[in-house]
Amino acid sequence: MLHIVNKSPYERNALESCLRLALPGAALLLIEDGVYAATRGNVAEPRLREAMQRMDIYALRPDLEARGMAGRVIQGVKLVDYDGFVDLVCERPNCQSWL
Amino acid sequence: MSEFENDAGGESAGRIKKFMFVNRKAPYGTIYALEGLEVVLIAAAFDQDVSLAFVDDGVYQLAKGQQTKALEIKNFSPAYRALEGYDVEKLYAERESLEARGLAAEDLIVPVEVLSSTELAELMAVQDVVISS
Repeated sequence: MLHIVNKSPYERNALESCLRLALPGAALLLIEDGVYAATRGNVAEPRLREAMQRMDIYALRPDLEARGMAGRVIQGVKLVDYDGFVDLVCERPNCQSWL
Repeated sequence: MSEFENDAGGESAGRIKKFMFVNRKAPYGTIYALEGLEVVLIAAAFDQDVSLAFVDDGVYQLAKGQQTKALEIKNFSPAYRALEGYDVEKLYAERESLEARGLAAEDLIVPVEVLSSTELAELMAVQDVVISS
């Protein structure tokens, strides 16, 4: 399962619920306002670091760059571009976009 | 051929897929719950293997005793009781979400299977399509 979160952790509980319902071995891709969760010092950093032990965490580079956040990414979060986004979707049997 | 319930369009059109609709929004405040219910009925009309999960504020969609008369909008909660007629019988609610809101299965308008986060996560993982709203 590829989980996709596009909401800021300050605005919605999508990331929190996603991490609660993600099995070990799943992948998480942060896009749009979801990329704020991938930045150092944000409210979700502890949970993200904990999740990193059991799943792969990605963030969409163009969305980080657009927001001026590309230099603030938590170590261990893997950055992907749009091609990488497509690869992630294709290599997993299913995906879920958390609204 | 048991894999193909109808043969209207060959393999790609005929294979029954497992669809799970994950409801995470309260009713009335936004349109998500009502629109989500419409999509569930569409999927059911195509004879797909449909299940519904209620998570976070989505569990409020099933609260008993909804009365929308003063709001002058449709109370769509009885529609969840009609799902059975569309062969949509797999309704799940996450225990953690219910407990966090002071709700229990008997407070809900339809019978649901109450699952832990882990049990629900395992069910999600085996779906062909997961649609969250």
